[in-house]
Amino acid sequence: MSPTRVVLAKPGLDGHDRGIKVVAMALRDAGAEVVYLGIRRTPEEIWRAALDEDADVVGVSVLSGAHVELARELLAERARIGAGAALVVGGTIPAEDAVALRAMGVDAVHPVGASLPDVVESVLSLGSKERTA
Amino acid sequence: MTTTDTTDAGIPVAPVYVQSDVAPGLAERLGAPGAPPFTRGPYPTMYRGQLWTMRQFAGFGSPEDANARFHFLLERGQSALSVAFDLPTQLGYDSAHPSARADVGRVGVAVDTADDMVDLFDGIPLDRISVNFTINATAPIILAMYLVAAERQGAASADLAGTLQNDILKEFLARKTFIYPPAPSLRLSCDVIEYAAGALPRFNPISITGYHAREAGCTAIQELALAMANAIAYSEALVARGLAFDSFAPRLSFHFATTMDLFEEVAKLRAARRLWYRIATERFGASEPASGRLRFFSGNAGTTLTPQQPLNNVVRSTIQCLGAVLGGAQSIHVMGYDEAFEIPSEEAVTLSLRTQQIIALESGVARTADPLAGSYFVEALTDELEMRAQALLAEIDAAGGAAAAIEAGTPQRWIAESAYRFEREVSSGDRPRVGVNVYASDGDEPQLGDMFAADPGVAERHAARTAARVAARDPEACRSATDAVSAAARADGNVMPPLIAAARAGATLGELADVFRSVFGEFEEPALW
Repeated sequence: MSPTRVVLAKPGLDGHDRGIKVVAMALRDAGAEVVYLGIRRTPEEIWRAALDEDADVVGVSVLSGAHVELARELLAERARIGAGAALVVGGTIPAEDAVALRAMGVDAVHPVGASLPDVVESVLSLGSKERTA
Repeated sequence: MTTTDTTDAGIPVAPVYVQSDVAPGLAERLGAPGAPPFTRGPYPTMYRGQLWTMRQFAGFGSPEDANARFHFLLERGQSALSVAFDLPTQLGYDSAHPSARADVGRVGVAVDTADDMVDLFDGIPLDRISVNFTINATAPIILAMYLVAAERQGAASADLAGTLQNDILKEFLARKTFIYPPAPSLRLSCDVIEYAAGALPRFNPISITGYHAREAGCTAIQELALAMANAIAYSEALVARGLAFDSFAPRLSFHFATTMDLFEEVAKLRAARRLWYRIATERFGASEPASGRLRFFSGNAGTTLTPQQPLNNVVRSTIQCLGAVLGGAQSIHVMGYDEAFEIPSEEAVTLSLRTQQIIALESGVARTADPLAGSYFVEALTDELEMRAQALLAEIDAAGGAAAAIEAGTPQRWIAESAYRFEREVSSGDRPRVGVNVYASDGDEPQLGDMFAADPGVAERHAARTAARVAARDPEACRSATDAVSAAARADGNVMPPLIAAARAGATLGELADVFRSVFGEFEEPALW
């Protein structure tokens, strides 16, 4: 089976990129093909890259607390642009916000404290779902 | 080797240390507290003469919201302030900017105008309370607005005490609140330092910071080397302008993390003072002792906090605060136990302040300077950290210095690789994290009480306030003031005097940042990943 293709990015203005780089390295070590777009990416740039890269999963990380609003913008842009990749959100996310994000349509949420193997497993399994869909 | 027989930075630790583990010449390497090479601290009497400054990093929402938190802290015995700005303010966007909306008032307070700065310090006498500003790319603009606010209070510039972070080089390494490319960014930082050297005798115009690289994942050794490399880069740039090293070096200040490996952290802070003294005297020929006397602020590391079993964070913060004290910090911030989730609640921030007060007043550790001096282990570790940091600094020198190394992405790779190693050690269980990979809770975690709740209306309200203030200013005066900033930026003049005039005339932070954007351009991080 071809490897899972993942686009990672940081939306909004937050520049704390320790977590997303660690996830990028762990996903690569697990066999995924990962493109990290960097910080301050707009929803349009992120989904455009997802289409260009034929991504199965888009992962974003937000440590500023702006995750709900940014996820809303990302989901709207995914619908507008017609991209099919799953959306995974990580960051400083309180429990009730994690529930809200899932209800909004985010495919997986990994709050601070999530274990690295769990994050990798979640992204890879979303990826294989996208592949077989 | 496992994490149990090495320090966090990977230095092997023997089961016991004896006298012969300490190299000869210790007395010369130590000196006395307040005397070169300042290993034992910057002042002769240390905390017995004056306790460290208790400075909880605070700010959110509108200037009024943050002002209320400042008064809350001061009423509970905090001795100074430390301002957190929101990301739009840090990145030169007014609250109304389309890129700002989701982030207004989130990780700090929104400041658009000098009037906002007046509101932020309402009822706080700026000639008596020292203020720390965590601000970098927009540091010159924020300083200008602060000086206008102080002027409106009638405070004299000579009485203003505090610290402007203004360390833009480290923003390219970690935290990433850069706007302009590295060269003009460095020039703006140096404009501030040069201006302050003449006009603000009690103010620290830069806080050279290893902290953020450490939070981003690097080791204590890398933290030391990166902070020193950046300090060298600023000093070289200022000397190249024709300034004498001794004219600005006494006001350079530093900022280090203090994390969980207690003795390594204390040794690191002691080694930092000795490293800087040697750099100041050997590289820059300092003749004033104060030029080589390193003073620092210590923040506890947010990355050590866990959302699992959050009350455990109280214990972690206490150990880190103790490390900062035993390492001789001049001011300290203690993390709130709920900061893995949110901005600290009033209860959490009060407990952070009480942690400092209990260590200061009840534990007895403040009675004598550098109490761990002479410990075979701590001295051997101090020497080892100094030696390893020096070796790494030599690598950065060989790569052309801090700016060139950052441009090549070398330290960014060190940081990310070290962060990844740490996470793998946590995942494998080699690095114990209580409540996470050992003694984890079965089932439900205990819930924290009331947490901080962000105000969703702040962006709109603050943008409206700024719009009203912009409408009320004299447009002609404001335009000519911002034109003067542009002219200074283009002509290599010091931007501070025209910036202060523009802030006085009501120019907004976004407008002033745009002036610099049009002159310097914006920096796009190269794809290293």
